[in-house]
Amino acid sequence: MSASNSLLLEIHELTAGYGSIEVLHGVSIQVHTGEIVSLIGGNGAGKSTSLSCISGIVPLRSGAVRFAGESLAGVAAHAIVKRGLVQVPEGRKIFPRMTVLENLRMGAYARTDRAAIESDLEEVYALFEILKGRSSQLGGTLSGGEQQMLAIGRALMSRPKLLMMDEPSMGIAPLLVAKIFEAVKSLRARGLTILLVEQNARAALKLADRGYVLETGRVVLSGTGAELLSDPRVQAAYLGE
Amino acid sequence: MFDWFDSDVLLQQLLLGLSNGMIIALIALGYTMVYGIIELINFAHGDLFMLGSFLALTLVGAAMNCGLVDPALMGESSHWWLLGTLVVVCGIFCGGLNLCIDHFAYKPLRRASKLSQLVAAIGVSFIIVNLGLFWGGLPMEVLGGGGAAAAPKDFPHLVSDVNLLGEESFVVMTWNDVVIFVVTIPLMIGLTLFVKFTKLGMAMRATAQHATAARLMGVDVNKVIAATFAIGGFLGGAASVLYANYNSTVSFQMGFRAGMDAFTAAVLGGIGSLPGAMLGGLLIGLVRAMSDQYVGSEWTNVVVFSLLVLILIFRPTGLLGLKQREKV
Ligand SMILES: Nc1ncnc2c1ncn2[C@@H]1O[C@H](COP(=O)(O)OP(=O)(O)OP(=O)(O)O)[C@@H](O)[C@H]1O
Ligand SMILES: [Mg+2]
Repeated sequence: MSASNSLLLEIHELTAGYGSIEVLHGVSIQVHTGEIVSLIGGNGAGKSTSLSCISGIVPLRSGAVRFAGESLAGVAAHAIVKRGLVQVPEGRKIFPRMTVLENLRMGAYARTDRAAIESDLEEVYALFEILKGRSSQLGGTLSGGEQQMLAIGRALMSRPKLLMMDEPSMGIAPLLVAKIFEAVKSLRARGLTILLVEQNARAALKLADRGYVLETGRVVLSGTGAELLSDPRVQAAYLGE
Repeated sequence: MFDWFDSDVLLQQLLLGLSNGMIIALIALGYTMVYGIIELINFAHGDLFMLGSFLALTLVGAAMNCGLVDPALMGESSHWWLLGTLVVVCGIFCGGLNLCIDHFAYKPLRRASKLSQLVAAIGVSFIIVNLGLFWGGLPMEVLGGGGAAAAPKDFPHLVSDVNLLGEESFVVMTWNDVVIFVVTIPLMIGLTLFVKFTKLGMAMRATAQHATAARLMGVDVNKVIAATFAIGGFLGGAASVLYANYNSTVSFQMGFRAGMDAFTAAVLGGIGSLPGAMLGGLLIGLVRAMSDQYVGSEWTNVVVFSLLVLILIFRPTGLLGLKQREKV
């Protein structure tokens, strides 16, 4: 399944939380280069917290996060982006009073290779054609689906090695969801590695090479996408069968 | 007093209002930029402005003592180089000081409650006011007057007092008016372009709009906040020189009123909005000048405070502010 077996992201026995509450109680996840890995789980399972912790927004309390062979413990969020690990956050979080173009340029904030930034901009516009016509429109005035595309495009502008997406299908019409998942596929075809958090478990597992099921801060199941899809526990809890 | 119908009086007050308004606008930018980024009302900003004017006075005194300028020529001939140097030096001084204030007083409280941060700002304000009182006790008076630490000190006109509208004109406009516009307008245009087009300016806007998203895009938010304090402080320092030169007096307490005016201006324009602070500053300057003339100067502070209360009640988003704050 995965083109290469080299380990890109390794999360080992990660614990993290907010204040006195521990939310993640030892999460271990591995992502290999070229893979799409899905992380599924119910509300409050700790999916977003896991991504925030990997991104350096939420401090890790114990365990290890290694990216491309180097530890991310104590590395500031902005420096993690520079290393090629970027997140499309839950709820999109685009900059509402910046234009589409400015939002995309913010995605390239950590970069200095000007010429390549311009060509990547064209690639993002090619991937999401709607955005091109709206490049001077304010981000906050886009529809939810367009904002999601913008958020993905913005993250791509950092030229990541690993793209983490937190519920890209949330609150978006099915037609657009299909489009976004198409885009995810084509990104993988170009060699991008993807960690996909989804509540839409069926779509995510169909797309994924491998998946993990998170429940109350612990990984309870893992396997290939197909294995998880046919697992009775997954079917009962997440596929409504 | 039926000055209402005297167009000369009105014109003079308009000019006074615009000139002071531009200065207030420059100070208001410092409030609004900091608020826009960390939602802190930096109460110490007006007092920082006061300290800038004290440095300016000290430097003018030093220049006189060194024989660089002749006290007898103050107001007669123009010392452009001195004024220009003061704007830059006091700007850098206040910018640097603001940077330190952020680093030592506010940054450790970044994750604390808004109330703790506000109390810290008020504490810094007290410290600076007392520094000003101490500084005022040093032998710094230039043209006599204000020997006591707390007394207001005279500040000389660094540029010519000759009426540019002619000797006969009732309305007086001197280079002291003109210089305000010559300094503030380019600063405001520069700031606007900076925020719109430079990478750091973009990062400031992004941080103001969504700090977490900015971090996720690779922005070092602490650096951006520091830059915001430095720029806001610089503008306040530049304003302090213009203010001292225009109003001819400085005192350790002047930061309170200037700060109140500028804060009201920022709220009036819509706190967080740069054009709002500029517009609000001009309006507050005009309101003050009109109130001084037609209501009575003893009422002017009441007028400004009432205006602040009215805005907060009826239009808390100000004139150019966002209709509703996006909250995360
Ligand atoms: N900023 C925060 N402060 C305190 N508690 C938080 C914070 N963010 C999340 N939590 C708590 O951490 C737990 C896990 O939340 P998290 O957002 O990681 O879940 P999730 O799996 O992403 O859920 P969802 O599918 O609803 O997005 C929840 O109990 C939540 O209440
Ligand atoms: Mg979540």
